Amino acid sequence: MPAGLLLALTIAPLAAVILCLGLRRPRFSEAANLIAAVMSFASALPLPFVIDGRAELLWGGYVIIDRAAAWVALCGAIVYLLASIYAVGYMRLLDAEDHLHRFYALFAGFAFTILVAPFMNNMAIYWIAIELTTLVSTFLVAFERAAESIEAAWKYIIVVSAGISLALLGTVLLYWNGSSLLGPSYAMTWGIMTAAAPRLNAPLLMMSFLLALIGYGAKVGLAPMHTWLPDAHSEGPAPVSAMLSGALLNTAMIGIVRFLGIARAAGLGIPPGLALVAFGAVSLLTASLFIVRQRGIKRLMAYSSVEHMGVMALGFGFGGPLGFAGALYHMLNHSLNKSLMFFGAGNMMRAYGTKDIEAIVGVGRFFPVQGMLWLAGAVAITGAPPFGLFLSEFTIMRAGLQPAFTWAVYLMAVLLIVIFIGFLNHFRHMFYAPAGNRNSPPGGGVGTWCAVPMWLALVPILVLGIWWPGGIWDYLTSIAASLSPGMP
Amino acid sequence: MLPRHLDPLDSSLFSLLAIASLLLTFVMLGSRWLNQYLYAFAAESWAIAGVSAAAGYFGHYPELYVIAALTAAFRGLVLPWLLWRAIGRLPVDREIHDILQPASALVIGAFFVMFALAVSYRIAGALHLGATIATLALTVMLATMLIGFLMLAVRREAVGQVVGLLVLENGIFLGSQMLVPGMPLLIELVVLFDLLVLIACFGVLIAYLHAHAGSTSARELRRLVG
Repeated sequence: MPAGLLLALTIAPLAAVILCLGLRRPRFSEAANLIAAVMSFASALPLPFVIDGRAELLWGGYVIIDRAAAWVALCGAIVYLLASIYAVGYMRLLDAEDHLHRFYALFAGFAFTILVAPFMNNMAIYWIAIELTTLVSTFLVAFERAAESIEAAWKYIIVVSAGISLALLGTVLLYWNGSSLLGPSYAMTWGIMTAAAPRLNAPLLMMSFLLALIGYGAKVGLAPMHTWLPDAHSEGPAPVSAMLSGALLNTAMIGIVRFLGIARAAGLGIPPGLALVAFGAVSLLTASLFIVRQRGIKRLMAYSSVEHMGVMALGFGFGGPLGFAGALYHMLNHSLNKSLMFFGAGNMMRAYGTKDIEAIVGVGRFFPVQGMLWLAGAVAITGAPPFGLFLSEFTIMRAGLQPAFTWAVYLMAVLLIVIFIGFLNHFRHMFYAPAGNRNSPPGGGVGTWCAVPMWLALVPILVLGIWWPGGIWDYLTSIAASLSPGMP
Repeated sequence: MLPRHLDPLDSSLFSLLAIASLLLTFVMLGSRWLNQYLYAFAAESWAIAGVSAAAGYFGHYPELYVIAALTAAFRGLVLPWLLWRAIGRLPVDREIHDILQPASALVIGAFFVMFALAVSYRIAGALHLGATIATLALTVMLATMLIGFLMLAVRREAVGQVVGLLVLENGIFLGSQMLVPGMPLLIELVVLFDLLVLIACFGVLIAYLHAHAGSTSARELRRLVG
């Protein structure tokens, strides 16, 4: 059953790629991509429920179906569905009819790589899957062909490829470490390495972990390796930004978490978690400074992604059932919320014809419904109750209340308040600054296709904030138990 | 594991090839001419193909011969040829704006090698492989990667940055052939992947050339800040 669902989850976008490239019709490509997204979502949604506690291995051990992978894939499939609905409306505004089929082929291909990567059981293959996501998304970032988009794409591929080569180095060193124990040729899966970890050479294992943390951290967007992220997120079309932020970053995060599991199984104690906490804290600090002084609307959202990846890194670094469950819950909430924020930003960008926050005024007056949705999303993403992100951030803070990490909790609290003020100050400007003598925004409004996914994103965030189902809590804590066996 | 059972003459072959490729990395670091990056990169790839073949011969891994052939063909011929064509289309054939004089770059590179040696001694010591070929392999791998990062940091020309990326991967490649010759599948796939990354880079680069005819200096790419 899980195998069939996984197959459906991944085959659907792949079929869409082939159909889009084969038929080259814009309307047809839209439909194919949308149907693929619905199918992926429909197979990702039941996937967590049909997996029991044990991981299931397929295809000679190259594919692992476990609860963590199913969770990440679910987050990815949700964003893919929302972004596909949004893309139908948004991409029609871009005046790119003649190469729209290429966009949708790349988009579905990007979704395919994102959905496949978390299920990769061999560490080397996982690395390749992550590199594939970079390759495909580079062209999506450069899709608009403006000078800025191409600059962003160049920076993206160079920074991320260079960064991720460090993860490859870490993987090779880990393999070398294991080869004195497991022989010169063995299958380097997460499970085998975790089992072998206690008998590996500890300093070399720590070095591998740090290299992987920096390498995949570059992909996750942890500061100071985040430099590609604001550019790529702000210069790609809005649906692509949502996919990059809400789906791609999680996929790389799960690699770090699995590496962390190996390091913890080896009994390295506090230092691996501390390294992750340190990167998380630096990310929060960097994000808060750039959010306060930000001028571009999509860059604001991008730095908010750096912030939330930092929060997740803190959660995973704190460890324990609380930390893991909080961080994984945060992953889902962030995926939903950041999609909403990028959709709203894309709509305003189209309506006002600028990315400049200064020039966007009177949003609430011109777009009462959409503006309300976007504002609610902004309140949610800064971690205010009653939304899901408040709950998950609060859980992560509770997880950090242990002697080694108390400082990080205080720092996190202060920085989250700074971000709350800084982020909402920009929204105050956009909603309540005097609009002058302008009666309507220069551009027209956007259609239903662009408004519906905002509703679809906001309602679950609200529900998840008020009601955290007990089943989800058990599910997430069981992931914590399976991924970090060394923790209490 | 390969390093444990090599007699001195055989291990000196590995040393020769590894040191040769490290020297070629320095050639790339010390030069400003795009053509010279190209020749040095091709030669380095051939040296690495030699390492693969030697590792296959001494370690009895027949699949490494295939990897050696793939390395020589793709990294030694196809990639340099693609780069050569790209350079032919570009209006420049050398780095014009130095961030770092070639001489200073070489000195920094030398410090990187020393640092890599110190790290490798510690690691190999911890694994009780102190005086074997493993130390050299680690040193060359880490030093090549550090130099690759330096090249990425100080090169302005887009082609120079692509070569920096390839040097990074050459470092991992060389080290992994000597340290973990039995690692399945990975190396074959990485060869393929480099090709894809490079083609993606060229795709972006050519789109850039269409957008603004003339410059491919990454220095012009500075609109997105803050």
